[in-house]
Amino acid sequence: MPPPHGGKLVDRTLTGADLDDAVKRSKSLERLTVSTEMAQEVENIATGVYSPLTGFMGPAELDSVVETMRLPDDTPWTLPVLLDLEESARIEPGREIALVETAAGADGRPFALMEVEELFTFDREHAASLVFGTTEEAHPGVAAMMAMKPVMAGGPIRLLERRPSEFSAYNLTPLETRVLFREKGWRRVVGFQTRNVPHLGHEYVQKTALTFADGVFINPVIGKKKKGDFTDEVILETCRALAEHYYLKERAVIAILSYQMRYAGPREAIFHAIVRKNFGCTHFIVGRDHAGVGSYYGPFEAQQIFDRFPDLGITPVFFNTFAWCTKCGGVVNEKTCPHEGPERMDFSGTRIRELLLAGQVPPPELMRPEVAQVILASSNPFVE
Amino acid sequence: MEGKKEEARYTSVSLPTPLFEKIKERIEGTGFTSVSSYVVYVLREVLSKEAEEKSEPFTREDEERVKDRLRALGYLD
Ligand SMILES: [Zn+2]
Repeated sequence: MPPPHGGKLVDRTLTGADLDDAVKRSKSLERLTVSTEMAQEVENIATGVYSPLTGFMGPAELDSVVETMRLPDDTPWTLPVLLDLEESARIEPGREIALVETAAGADGRPFALMEVEELFTFDREHAASLVFGTTEEAHPGVAAMMAMKPVMAGGPIRLLERRPSEFSAYNLTPLETRVLFREKGWRRVVGFQTRNVPHLGHEYVQKTALTFADGVFINPVIGKKKKGDFTDEVILETCRALAEHYYLKERAVIAILSYQMRYAGPREAIFHAIVRKNFGCTHFIVGRDHAGVGSYYGPFEAQQIFDRFPDLGITPVFFNTFAWCTKCGGVVNEKTCPHEGPERMDFSGTRIRELLLAGQVPPPELMRPEVAQVILASSNPFVE
Repeated sequence: MEGKKEEARYTSVSLPTPLFEKIKERIEGTGFTSVSSYVVYVLREVLSKEAEEKSEPFTREDEERVKDRLRALGYLD
């Protein structure tokens, strides 16, 4: 199993007497209310998903990441991890604050503490041009960066309690997946990221990887999505249905990643790989235009960028195009099938979506019937 | 200000001149644009290899606690 990124698995969750002390202390601290997405980030830091980060970035870390795609100690790191706040927030550097989630309900109990080391601003246009390769606000990642509140707060966090989630039964920490993979005797583990319902192409990619790996870690991204995307529940349920009917139980593990996509293409592909390395994966599947949006990135940019990180510590596995070929009688890729034209049926997400919207089961060459049934049984499979 | 930042970001090491020349030849026509970028690449690769094969980053206690949860969730029998 690869060592955690940066060499040490971060654990910033408080327990025992430390937790009791912190909870008591939190009552008198200045509070900062954060969104559900920001609370997810805090949890990802605290449970080591973002190892070696122990908190939100300060100006030196941000500058290093934006300019060099590395942390100040040379560890590969490609995306900013920032906490933004209003100027009116009564937060001062050198102070400890308590974080409360917007959706925490009436009691508004703090779920984390943060030592605010620095307050700062940064040149967003410059950062966006390097991180996203564009400053166009039509790009959702750029838009999100521009829409951040005016001031950033950097400093380490401590988690008091994990937030309740409807998917908590599928919410594993890197420590848990690492123990799990070892218990299963997996040495080579290939990570698969998804934010979609699985069609036969996805299954083909995972199983092709499984022919050389011991296990596949299917890791759907749960979190804020775009209108028209499949809902978190449908994505998770379809992944489960596929695994249940078509995978060996001892060869596949499904767990979620609570995370909001940045659509940063190549930089985000590296970030996704780092996260899976922390979960204990030795390999990570990178498809065509991984984490891309619109036509901002070339189809293979997210693969080529891996050449620049000989020290990433996780091996990317590249897949390009695949389709169903009636002549070959199976799923094929550009290296395995010479046929063109009517024999080839592409796994068009748009086509599958149209069929499902019309209440039809897509042909079995595109989607497993058990997967289609889950979608058709859902009263509303799409984000509104 | 930019220049100062760059200064702090990089430092120099000495290579024997023949080695430098050899690398210069070696990287011709590759994606490497300078001897420095090649040397940095190779060193990062070597150092990261050394970091592998360390022991697991968890204790016995962690492990038992984790296994209980994994069993409860059905991930382990
Ligand atoms: Zn064919």
